[in-house]
Amino acid sequence: MITQRVFGAGFTPRVQLALALILLGGVLVPLSNLLLAPSNPLHVPSYALALFGKYLCYALLALSLDLVWGYVGILSLGHGAFFALGGYAMGMYLMRQIGARGVYANPELPDFMVFLNWSELPWFWLGFDRFWFACLMVLLVPGLLAFVFGWFAFRSRVTGVYLSIITQAMTYALLLAFFRNDMGFGGNNGLTDFKDILGFPVQAAGTRGALFAASALALAVGVAVCAAIVGSQYGKLMIAVRDAESRTRFLGWRPENVKLFAFTVSAVMAGIAGALYVPQVGIINPGEFAPANSIEVVVWTAVGGRGTIVGPIIGALLVNSAKSWFTGALPDFWLFALGGLFVFVTLFMPKGILGLWDQWQNRTMRKKPADDPIEPSTAPLPQPAE
Amino acid sequence: MTTKAGTILYLNGVSVSFDGFRAINDLSLVLDKGEMRAIIGPNGAGKTTMMDIITGKTRPDKGEVFFDGNIDLTRHDEPGIANLGIGRKFQKPTVFESHTVEDNIRLSLKGERSVFAALFAKNSVADDRRITEILETVRLDGRRDALAANLSHGQKQWLEIGMLLAQDPKLLLVDEPVAGMTDAETAETARLLKDIAREHSVIVVEHDMHFVRELDVKVTCLHEGSVLAEGPLDHVAADQRVVEVYLGR
Repeated sequence: MITQRVFGAGFTPRVQLALALILLGGVLVPLSNLLLAPSNPLHVPSYALALFGKYLCYALLALSLDLVWGYVGILSLGHGAFFALGGYAMGMYLMRQIGARGVYANPELPDFMVFLNWSELPWFWLGFDRFWFACLMVLLVPGLLAFVFGWFAFRSRVTGVYLSIITQAMTYALLLAFFRNDMGFGGNNGLTDFKDILGFPVQAAGTRGALFAASALALAVGVAVCAAIVGSQYGKLMIAVRDAESRTRFLGWRPENVKLFAFTVSAVMAGIAGALYVPQVGIINPGEFAPANSIEVVVWTAVGGRGTIVGPIIGALLVNSAKSWFTGALPDFWLFALGGLFVFVTLFMPKGILGLWDQWQNRTMRKKPADDPIEPSTAPLPQPAE
Repeated sequence: MTTKAGTILYLNGVSVSFDGFRAINDLSLVLDKGEMRAIIGPNGAGKTTMMDIITGKTRPDKGEVFFDGNIDLTRHDEPGIANLGIGRKFQKPTVFESHTVEDNIRLSLKGERSVFAALFAKNSVADDRRITEILETVRLDGRRDALAANLSHGQKQWLEIGMLLAQDPKLLLVDEPVAGMTDAETAETARLLKDIAREHSVIVVEHDMHFVRELDVKVTCLHEGSVLAEGPLDHVAADQRVVEVYLGR
């Protein structure tokens, strides 16, 4: 394919299709919400716009997890932490935007600080009144945490379940820390009651449409970045580290650096997803650090198909749609359904939905060899211990 | 003891213990530049541990390990030692199963080993030519685009040897290259290693005595972590102690 030659081997036809659909949806869905009359059958209602805007953020989060789990074999059970940190950075900006419109009408301090009798803004809140600074922190804070965490973990050659457990411990530690009022992030209430973003009211239809479009764009950029990484020589190295780490080491590569780069890029992507999520749902609280959240992301990725770029996106959209329906229709059964789904996928669909699709296609068109070497063939079988 | 000058590998008085068990006990071994050496010995003689020490996986408790005259290997880690020019084939063939044969070799080609170099690496004509050359040497030129997972056991062994060659090492450590191979493959592997030994120093660890005989090189027999006998195969095989601990069983 010519496009593949221009952009790199990671841009398979399937990735190109996904990119086109995401971008198209990012433009058409908000436009239909804003311009078409509610009676029009093509009209997207506002609640659906908000819901799917949220799902796009989840999809980006799942994609970021897949970059480390599917391609380098690092099963992170703490990716929700990077998502939440990105969300908090954006939330802090949104809090500062409230200004004197809060309950206590303090132009400088957010309500919860006034309530705690704080007299001045803590140093780590400085700068968050500026959008560019908040955006920088959205990238820097998760990225830096991942870098430092990964530096120590990968250098000490912590792998497999042990690594998964310490990622889980990391997000749990952050959960406990953010619950404390004296941390200065609003304690268990978190940050909420946002008024506007960049001067536009967050509740307004136009702003919601723009946030949806921004989420779609961020997801598209995430897909493009992942495709470029995976299609490069480094992408092959990631898979090599995943499949035979000691072999790469005795060939002179440093697997710890290979992992560290992917882990850091992945954390930054998760942070961006969190930052776009917060203005759309209107709240960020320590609950986002809950280990269960991070595990759910693993389920989305496994359902869609790990070790592929499109799989985690499909997984995130499908599982969350199912969740929305389930929690409405049969609220008590959702967790059973989710657990059952994970067991089912692990046992019967080790390569997820995309793997199943490829299998089915190979069966119907047996004569035509797979022309998609990057995607389906590299999806590994899940190893329970990793 | 001979001097270090002119040697590719120089081990002197090396010992290492694991939980009180002396895996390597005052081992001394010298390999000249360009030499091929076969290492034999019963299980637990310390053959693999010796390779671990040379490649930086295990640190010796005491003793000297020098490479290429005066490079102290105990000061380097595995990737560092690999980049100094020591390639290692594992006992169990270890290749990148979800990559093609070509990509396996490409990832092993000598070159810069940083993440950013790999991110922006472009395939060059020179690399392609080198890959073709190596695949011809290891008898895999017909399987260039095959997934490594689909190779036979013997072909995986050859591919791994090809990956070592791609590193362009000065010294190759080859651990049990013919384990699980057919007789025809074993004979072919002996020819392959002799080809390689023309331009490289090689240490081969092997149990298969027919294969060792075909290599026709100096043999070192290890036992309980130190050298039991050394010399031409016939000389070593005639040694009463070697017969007792190894061959006689």
